[in-house]
Amino acid sequence: MYETVIGLEVHVQLKTRTKAFCGCLNEFGSGANTRTCPVCLGFPGSLPVLNEMAFEHGMKVALALNCQIQNFTKFDRKNYFYPDLPKNYQISQYDLPLALDGGLKIKINPSATLRIDGERSRTIKDKEKTIPVKRVHLEEDAGKLIHEGQDSLVDYNRAGVPLLEIVTEPMINSPDEAYEYLSELKAILKYLEVSDCDMEKGSLRCDANISLRLPGEKKLGTKTELKNMNSFKAVREALHYEIKRQAGILESGQRIIQETLLWDEALSRTVAMRSKEEAMDYRYFPEPDLPGFVLSEEKIRAVKDNLPELPQALKQRFIRDYGLSDYDVEILAQEKQVADYFEACFKVYPRAKSISNWLIGPISYELNSRNLDIQSLGLKPPELTALISFVDQEKISNLSAKEVLTERLNSKNTIEEIIKEKDLLQIRDSGELSAIIDAVLGANQKSVQDYLSGKTGAMMFLVGQAMRQSKGKANPKIAQEMLKERLKNA
Amino acid sequence: MPAEKPLYALTGLELLGLIKQKKTGIADILESQSLRTKAVEEKVKAFARFTDNTASGIPIAVKDNICIQGQPTTCASKILENFIPPYDATVIQRLKKAGFIIQGQTNMDEFAFGSSCENSAFFPTRNPWNPDCVPGGSSGGSAAAVAADEAIWALGSDTGGSIRQPASFCGVVGLKPTYGRVSRYGLIAFASSLDQIGPLTKDVRDSAYLTNIISGYDPNDSTSLNLPVGDYLKSLEKDIKGIKIGVPKEYFSLSGDGELEGLDREVKEAVREAIAQLRKLGAEVSEVSLPHTEYAVAVYYIVATAEASSNLARFDGVQYGLRVRSADNLIAMYKKTRQAGFGPEAKRRIILGTYVLSHGYYEAYYVRALKVRALIARDFTEVFKEYDCIVTPTSPTTAFRLGEKLENPLAMYLSDVYTISANLAGVPAISVPCGSSKAGLPIGLQITAKAFDEEMLFRVAYNYEQATLWHKMKPNL
Amino acid sequence: MIISKDDVQKVANLARIELNQEELNLFSGQLESVLEFIEKLKKADVSSIQPMSHILDIQWFDCAHHGNVLRADVLRESLPNALALKNAPESLKGHFRVPKVIE
Repeated sequence: MYETVIGLEVHVQLKTRTKAFCGCLNEFGSGANTRTCPVCLGFPGSLPVLNEMAFEHGMKVALALNCQIQNFTKFDRKNYFYPDLPKNYQISQYDLPLALDGGLKIKINPSATLRIDGERSRTIKDKEKTIPVKRVHLEEDAGKLIHEGQDSLVDYNRAGVPLLEIVTEPMINSPDEAYEYLSELKAILKYLEVSDCDMEKGSLRCDANISLRLPGEKKLGTKTELKNMNSFKAVREALHYEIKRQAGILESGQRIIQETLLWDEALSRTVAMRSKEEAMDYRYFPEPDLPGFVLSEEKIRAVKDNLPELPQALKQRFIRDYGLSDYDVEILAQEKQVADYFEACFKVYPRAKSISNWLIGPISYELNSRNLDIQSLGLKPPELTALISFVDQEKISNLSAKEVLTERLNSKNTIEEIIKEKDLLQIRDSGELSAIIDAVLGANQKSVQDYLSGKTGAMMFLVGQAMRQSKGKANPKIAQEMLKERLKNA
Repeated sequence: MPAEKPLYALTGLELLGLIKQKKTGIADILESQSLRTKAVEEKVKAFARFTDNTASGIPIAVKDNICIQGQPTTCASKILENFIPPYDATVIQRLKKAGFIIQGQTNMDEFAFGSSCENSAFFPTRNPWNPDCVPGGSSGGSAAAVAADEAIWALGSDTGGSIRQPASFCGVVGLKPTYGRVSRYGLIAFASSLDQIGPLTKDVRDSAYLTNIISGYDPNDSTSLNLPVGDYLKSLEKDIKGIKIGVPKEYFSLSGDGELEGLDREVKEAVREAIAQLRKLGAEVSEVSLPHTEYAVAVYYIVATAEASSNLARFDGVQYGLRVRSADNLIAMYKKTRQAGFGPEAKRRIILGTYVLSHGYYEAYYVRALKVRALIARDFTEVFKEYDCIVTPTSPTTAFRLGEKLENPLAMYLSDVYTISANLAGVPAISVPCGSSKAGLPIGLQITAKAFDEEMLFRVAYNYEQATLWHKMKPNL
Repeated sequence: MIISKDDVQKVANLARIELNQEELNLFSGQLESVLEFIEKLKKADVSSIQPMSHILDIQWFDCAHHGNVLRADVLRESLPNALALKNAPESLKGHFRVPKVIE
């Protein structure tokens, strides 16, 4: 009975070699405060100089989200005291951000339901929706705090890492839409190769604001802000939880308090942050250490022309050029690397459906169980297509082929070597098969009788026996044909 | 003739000339300087600290807000009393490369907040011409050291007149270069959009020489401009015949209405005489107008304090400097550290700057100030369309007495009335000695040129200097 | 009155500076007179003026070739941990140490 209104604020760490404003390595995993210098430590007298790669990454994302890159953009200081902030201000962008007014088209799964107050549900009819992107801006990340007893310890390795903030208008209407938006956004960021987008490692962070209102109501309801969600699933769950919580409050005639809530994954609930002693007053003003940036139409066009193919364009092309199904393409396009791999396979072996089946099935299984991505799997596209062609030519069974794949990934022997070594080539020779058929017919008179009396199901049993006799090497199709032929003459 | 004077009393280029002719060596210079310092430093108190040098080179004094690797650099503040920078400011790198050694760091108003050098956490510096008077500020230590012949030359920093006003009070030459001419990397920021490092010297030639060394593009400072640096010594060779000089009427009509202190009669006379001298040298002088001059001080104290409040937020006891340890929680630690670490003027400016940026006041104060700043800058652009430079007094008065303005911050702020506009507009300006009051205190002439035309400043200043003897005067210490 | 003692106290808190009563009294009076002086800006006609967001951005400065100051994405040496922490009032296990942050 309420309409849900959600806005998302996503922060992504940009994958540059060095930090946003200094030459320290943008990489984690080394000792605390070993990737710092006077600039990112905010030492007196130090000055920032913007990393051109961070700027270009930001432009790419903005363009991919169909935003208007601003012809003039500048940085501002956001002032507040916190020990993870070396200068006690963050270099960010306030009134003249890098880009404004974009949008991201998402698919809304027709079977998805919008749950409201846990009771009612309705099917969404629209299949596509554009989520408006309000702004995209660059800023610097803060350091990390570790709480230890009576102390807090500060590590500034992360301070100054380039961040891109992507903010939607409050026009997302369900947790599923939010999930879809995030998945689509992540795919784009990965296609652009600008971020790892790893929520667990914090290279992608998402905060949400959410409010409810009666259908038809123009004014937005009082919103709450949700933080501390560590996966897209958690975002969806937290939103579901918050819808229920807010609806309950409204139902009972009470008011929503505007506040920031933290998602507690373990308890599957939100908890209020302890209220700040004072309202934040960030005192934004133009960063005097950085003159503004003028972006000509030519420069913007040049970046735009160099954008790689984005997920939606790729999906359309795969459907058009390879005749694949929507379902296959959705899965193949999830990871750019997988889509690229598909195309590399197709070049040497132009049977799209077979390749797609293998990538979605056995390869995907191997990737998951080995926790690898396709590049680190160490299987070259021609190797995979060689294996597929054995199956397609019915030289080995599908089952054997999966075994070959696993063996190949474990042993580094070639596909051909493994097939030979394991003696997996199917028996297609009728002479060789003939003896097996004879033996099967002789040992299974009852089934033979059943078949001859019209129980066609008995044939499958006989084929199975032939397979068993041949230790799986008999070509089932040929075996069946031969069985039928013999029994016809019987 | 110079050889008759003690080495410490010579200019930098005179000494370099003698070294080149093998008539003296660096060891002799250092010894002479050391004797001079022993004799007069107790009276002047120009230095915050001296440096133990292992290297040998031409000595220079540096204001205590320019980072020197491995040397305490404190901005004359308690909050930075133990801070040792892990890096050299770009100007220090340039000086070292040119064969200089840093003899010591000069006293200043804390974080360059002040016009008298009294706001130092260490001690006030005295004016070498009269120990009861201030040397001006905030680069008062640098000006006094040069005037007292304790230093051959020195670096200062100028945010609203902090090089030119003490130069004027101490009878030396002080240059604020164009914003973007000299790298700010390593200068502990007061107001980032106004700060520039510049030289304080005994004469214009030394100023031109030092400016050449410290100027130029620095990829570590986004506000440093990649423009060619002229040959400033060469620019001295030209005369000033036919040069067009503007004299802004607003600077001479300062009548002491309301809060505004009037232009001192003796200063006015000295500057009038200087202008007559420039005419004699062939310059064409006319009256011009900088109509928004009256707003400069107000704009400055909004812009400068706003930036300062943010720049000084980092002094919180976490990474360096003072920490008040008694505090058991973080916010208390911040507040007590900053209470104990900052002097009264720093606190006043941080509070004022925080206020003008805070919610509800930002538009009325800060945004409005940025708009008026644009008007002030435009005033200069208009005048420089027709004129080569502008000539004014550097300060409305000669050096005032210690303590005279300490209780009245606004009066202190207003003593910068003639120097502030150049910082707001980003243009270069130089102060050269142009007279002496009856009380025997120096008077300064300020010459301002368009952005990146330091050559014009040096040329006019040098021609004037050579036609007069003011730069030859020495205080009796 | 433009600024009250209460305002000064609030702003000082925002700036994380503790003030004692004496300082509060003194600064309130002094800031009042400075702000009174600053009031004169209200007289200036700024109706058609854009605020100057950066001294280097405005046209008169004649630096059309300036702007877009960017740094190539090239690695520079970081400070060794010991040097980064050298000035720290307190450190522990390679970290800067502060009193516990209360959430």
